[in-house]
Amino acid sequence: MKKSIFLGTLAVAGLAAGFASAQTMADVQARGTLKCGSNEGLAGFAAPDANGNWQGFDVSLCRAIAAAVLGDAQAVEFVPLTSQTRFTALAAGEVDVLVRNSTWTFSRDTDLGLDFVGVNYYDGQGFMVRTDLGVSSATELDGATVCIQTGTTTELNLADFFRVNNISYEPVPVATNAEGQQQYLAGACDVYTTDVSGLAATRATFENASEHVILPEIVSKEPLGPAVRHGDSEWGDVVRWTLYALMNAEEYGVTSANVRELASAPTNNPEINRLLGTEGELGAMMGLSNDWAVNVIASVGNYGEIFESNIGENTPIGLARGLNALWTDGGLQYPMPFR
Amino acid sequence: MTTGPSSSVAFVRQALVPAAPPPPGQTGAMRWVRENLVSSWFNAILTLVAIYVIWSVLSGVLPWTLNGIWNAGSLNECREIRDARGLETAACWAVINERWLQILFGFYPTDDPLLARVFYADAYAAAGGYDAVFGAASNATDRIAFVGAMKAELGNLTIFFFGYWRPLVALILLVIAVAPILYSSLPRKMLLFSLAYPFIAVFLLWGGSVWGPVTVALGLVASIVVARSVSAQSSALFGGLASILFFALFFFNPLGVLGVQGLFPLFPHVKGVFDAALPFGITAIPSDIFGGFMLAIIIGTSGIVLSLPLGIALALGRQSSMPLIRWVCVTFIEVIRGVPLIVWLFTASLLLNYFLPPGTSFDLLLRVIIMVTLFASAYLAEVVRGGLAALPKGQYEAADSLGLDYWKSMQLVVLPQALKISIPGIVNTFIGLFKDTTLVVFIGLRDPLGLTNAIRATGEWNGIYWELYIFVGLLFFVFCFFMSRYSMYLERKLRTDHR
Repeated sequence: MKKSIFLGTLAVAGLAAGFASAQTMADVQARGTLKCGSNEGLAGFAAPDANGNWQGFDVSLCRAIAAAVLGDAQAVEFVPLTSQTRFTALAAGEVDVLVRNSTWTFSRDTDLGLDFVGVNYYDGQGFMVRTDLGVSSATELDGATVCIQTGTTTELNLADFFRVNNISYEPVPVATNAEGQQQYLAGACDVYTTDVSGLAATRATFENASEHVILPEIVSKEPLGPAVRHGDSEWGDVVRWTLYALMNAEEYGVTSANVRELASAPTNNPEINRLLGTEGELGAMMGLSNDWAVNVIASVGNYGEIFESNIGENTPIGLARGLNALWTDGGLQYPMPFR
Repeated sequence: MTTGPSSSVAFVRQALVPAAPPPPGQTGAMRWVRENLVSSWFNAILTLVAIYVIWSVLSGVLPWTLNGIWNAGSLNECREIRDARGLETAACWAVINERWLQILFGFYPTDDPLLARVFYADAYAAAGGYDAVFGAASNATDRIAFVGAMKAELGNLTIFFFGYWRPLVALILLVIAVAPILYSSLPRKMLLFSLAYPFIAVFLLWGGSVWGPVTVALGLVASIVVARSVSAQSSALFGGLASILFFALFFFNPLGVLGVQGLFPLFPHVKGVFDAALPFGITAIPSDIFGGFMLAIIIGTSGIVLSLPLGIALALGRQSSMPLIRWVCVTFIEVIRGVPLIVWLFTASLLLNYFLPPGTSFDLLLRVIIMVTLFASAYLAEVVRGGLAALPKGQYEAADSLGLDYWKSMQLVVLPQALKISIPGIVNTFIGLFKDTTLVVFIGLRDPLGLTNAIRATGEWNGIYWELYIFVGLLFFVFCFFMSRYSMYLERKLRTDHR
């Protein structure tokens, strides 16, 4: 987004002089809570329950970081940020880490002075249409009316896709996802386009979900991941390896149910032993306790468990693992080795 | 004329004919219908059209509203219940039933220790009492599980009255504090409470040490006392200067530019003495978790209360004969009014930090209140100026010829008349201000509309729109309707021209 880049640049310019802090970890430990920049509400990724406790796929990563650093997965203060304010808030130190379905792009990583430390969800832009339209591929959408959120990268991706395929479309601009849902249902447009995870969440709320289909084409890359400030590599390491610990745990079959048992004594798999701290001193190298990963997995589960409980196929959102499967299952999630 | 009984007149009525009822069709409902609905063929057609429109709207809306489902755990459950009942449409009020506290208070924390002690004592004792559940060493995961189980058992009404007692007491006291200002028949001594109310409200809502607001109040009172006593001994000018100096020393550090830290401001020293002598306070609540309709009321009332005096001052300043004051006021009004409120809010939330010295980040809510106040006061200034301009010049001259100085003539002659003329415009601005508080959703504060988004983001309630918006709309309507009715009452009461 142009505006956020402008504001973010302003933020960095304003703070570059006085902000050379490599202290985030010490700050978090002194404060006793992690300040996590989160979405104001995105189905499956971040939403408050009736008691005001946040839940979701991104939220779980925040809780995992809190469990790693503080040993308490609930010691998180969620700071809801809009898409305009998110990078400024991170640069200004209002949050320690930003886990707000933010796409890892070149300009954000370099120009805005952020460090994306990994990808917790590979998303991409897709299309949803009514089944009775009889369309099976996005290339058949010539002349369609398309509901599109203005001012987002999806708008540009849409124009690119239709131009490359040499077909025409008529945009119906909407401001928010909620408005897009309503317009699409009311028949103001034939096609609704946004990130596939958002389309799935939207489709799940329809009364007759089977009357709508998400087309197979994915027209953009949207790697969503946690971001931290430039210049604080120790803290970036903690966030990065917490994410990898979740994925490694899935790879080695460590779950919230069996983690305590596996951590009670060294197993015959040295990878698991190093992850859970029964062998080696990996936690100490990051300045954490040696059983940090045990806390993480015991409180939020491994990557696969988080996925299944928040956005997986048994939830209303019903996303398949797809690109987000582990590399061993043909996906893109390839956690670096604990060694 | 002949007289006597034997006159040629055949019949003379001795008593009045009793009044006959009006002919049918000229009374009651029939007449009303004839006069108002079918007085001409054109009106008759309009009536039929209107009846059709009303019927078609109500036949759609009423079944949906009245058949609404109040008990369900999710939108899908609502739909199942609706299908089971064989209804075509039904509102899913269950979302309001489950989340109304969140829409009212956002994520403002409930007083969980109180709830646990009073309503959940057995489980509380079993869990180990205050230290084990809420103490400094307690585990947040266990605490959240405990609170979740407790709230599930208590129900929303208990939580509303006892969990949220702080904002509720603040609201009740607000009504008491505002009453003597709104209704002049109430005893004038109540105004003292109105003056103290802001400090009480800050203590109740934000918590912390009771001595914070008390010390601020003492500092303000002391500034006034200094002004009075110095003015009594020398001139009013010195009194004002001494008061400003005292105020600056008490709340700011004027020596900060010289690098002298620690001595000034006096405020923390005084507060420290009190805190050491008699520590008393309630849980401090940071303003970034304020939300919901409570946030709209806080921003709205502070904005209204603060912008009225500022707006009047600006209106007088704009008419001042002193060029400097006039120019400052004109510039202020035109600049503030010429830029949309949303831009000022973005300025308050994002840009202000860069203009302030590093490290002095002050509360976002406070910044928003200041911006909303400035914005409303620029509009009010123009409304009041309209009232001032409507007064005949003779009123100003009459006040001058009585020998009143500027302030007295304004206070006794001009403003009472000008403000009376401006009442509709002033209330109009206030209602606009109150509704504009929803704009804070764009800078990350959780106003009721922002909360509807958050509620919709949960798996259970994704896809629900009308019910949430209707509820929020009703809340705003109640407040705005009260303001509008009050302004009409005030206009009737102040009407002195015997029209």
